[in-house]
Amino acid sequence: MSHHLVEVKDLQYRYPDGTAALNGISFLLTHGEAAAIIGANGAGKSTLLLHLNGCLMPQTGEVRIGGLPLNKDTLAHVRRTVGMVFQDPDDQLFMPIVYDDVAFGPLNLGLPPAEVDQLVNASLATVGASHLKDRPPYRLSGGEKRAVAIAAVLAMSPDILVMDEPSAALDPKTRRQLIELLHTFKHTRIIATHDLDLVLDLCSRTIILKDGRVAADGPTLEILQNQELLDSCNLEKPLCLQGCPVCGAKSGAIV
Amino acid sequence: MGNIETSLLNIGYLETLSYQQTPLQRLDPRVKLLTTLVFIIAVVSFGKYEITGLIPFVIYPVALIAVGDLPPAYLARKILLAAPFAFFIGIFNPLLDRTILVHLGPVAISGGWVSFASIMLRFCLTVSAALILIAATGLNAVCLALDKLGAPRAFVMQLLFLYRYIFVLTDEALRLVRARALRSFQGRGLGLKVFSFMIGQLLLRTLARARRIHLAMLSRGFAGRIHLLRPLHLGGRDVLFLLGWSTLFVLLRWYNIPHLLGNLAAELIG
Ligand SMILES: Nc1ncnc2c1ncn2[C@@H]1O[C@H](COP(=O)(O)OP(=O)(O)OP(=O)(O)O)[C@@H](O)[C@H]1O
Ligand SMILES: [Mg+2]
Repeated sequence: MSHHLVEVKDLQYRYPDGTAALNGISFLLTHGEAAAIIGANGAGKSTLLLHLNGCLMPQTGEVRIGGLPLNKDTLAHVRRTVGMVFQDPDDQLFMPIVYDDVAFGPLNLGLPPAEVDQLVNASLATVGASHLKDRPPYRLSGGEKRAVAIAAVLAMSPDILVMDEPSAALDPKTRRQLIELLHTFKHTRIIATHDLDLVLDLCSRTIILKDGRVAADGPTLEILQNQELLDSCNLEKPLCLQGCPVCGAKSGAIV
Repeated sequence: MGNIETSLLNIGYLETLSYQQTPLQRLDPRVKLLTTLVFIIAVVSFGKYEITGLIPFVIYPVALIAVGDLPPAYLARKILLAAPFAFFIGIFNPLLDRTILVHLGPVAISGGWVSFASIMLRFCLTVSAALILIAATGLNAVCLALDKLGAPRAFVMQLLFLYRYIFVLTDEALRLVRARALRSFQGRGLGLKVFSFMIGQLLLRTLARARRIHLAMLSRGFAGRIHLLRPLHLGGRDVLFLLGWSTLFVLLRWYNIPHLLGNLAAELIG
């Protein structure tokens, strides 16, 4: 199923004010893979993600989604294939009620009303937000907003899901529910996050960014146990890989 | 501070109202839009000293508020929020125009005061009609109606985004005001200099956020048009609404009903 492939080749990006945010990034993700993009603040994670659905266009290098190079002609197709959950749900929700917001994408795709209705209900149910259907989005809690934002993206039936810090500002239980939810997806998933425990739970592969470059790319367990590497990238071992502070025992029982 | 917060944030409430299920909300958006336009044109086209002729027009907002189950106090507050603009437009009239127009017993009223009152009355009528249009229809549907009625696409888009960004702007303004209030003590930090920085900040932040929102919309396939699930459907009730009200407005515009009634009464007595 080549349409779930994500390939980035020597991607560079410089913001108009001169900040070099990406300095040559390359990787290839295959079908159904869940990859984490981690790195310090300002490492370039969000900038990278914005390239994956053409919110930013590559200045040098190339992005290929499902074998197609990202350019003006393929933009519509790419946006349909790649569902993007933004860092701040407030940026994403803008219709007066939740139902209409989730319907926004499918309607833009030109689907018939009956099908849209079904899609909206199904995706709200998937994220457990059916009861929020008639509420205005700006009156929801942070976690509810996040759930609705994810539903809005799911309703477009993307093949690839891209998320920028999905677990930020969630309470422990909601965060757990989100992780369970993401576990059930068969999509190719790309998650930029600072939540390394979530990475450990969810992603088999991890890419570390540092100053707009790939500092490491490999199996999550291997990377998150490399103390030296993590230190050099301003990161910290996830709690569950650290020794138990109470009894001093090393916990390594995670696989 | 509390006041700004509640009044501004509540713009969203206007939209929420349009989801109520009353006969008013169910009308076709195009019909409500056109009726509102006829109403506004009729009100605005009166001469500058007109007051009595304007008063019967109050029936339109009153009737719609009743039928649409809209909260009058909330709408009144929104009108008050915008009232200073009309106030400053009209307030110079009494100074400039001092010809005596009316004698109420011993009190002489100049043309300036009459036209000032007329401006304020017209302002209240038109703004309440516009607010009611949005509360009864929702701005997305209004834009859709504009589009269907052949308004230029660029204009409809501008309106859509302008409206969307008002929320963003007020949101950002709120955060700034709050951040400043939390770190200002005994009036320090509340001066004009900080204020001018804040305006600059507000603009930049709003632009940045507007950009992100636009990207998020594009990511979900937005191509210059907001689609709504409820299809537009012009029924007999819609046509009746439009024709009924429009006829009334035209009549009220041509015949000064309070005058006629007054004359009639005078004749009957005399
Ligand atoms: N709109 C912009 N204009 C100019 N520079 C920007 C802009 N957005 C981000 N940058 C810069 O680009 C670099 C990468 O930013 P980016 O937002 O991708 O980081 P990030 O890894 O997502 O950080 P965080 O973990 O804090 O979200 C930073 O140095 C940042 O200052
Ligand atoms: Mg970021």
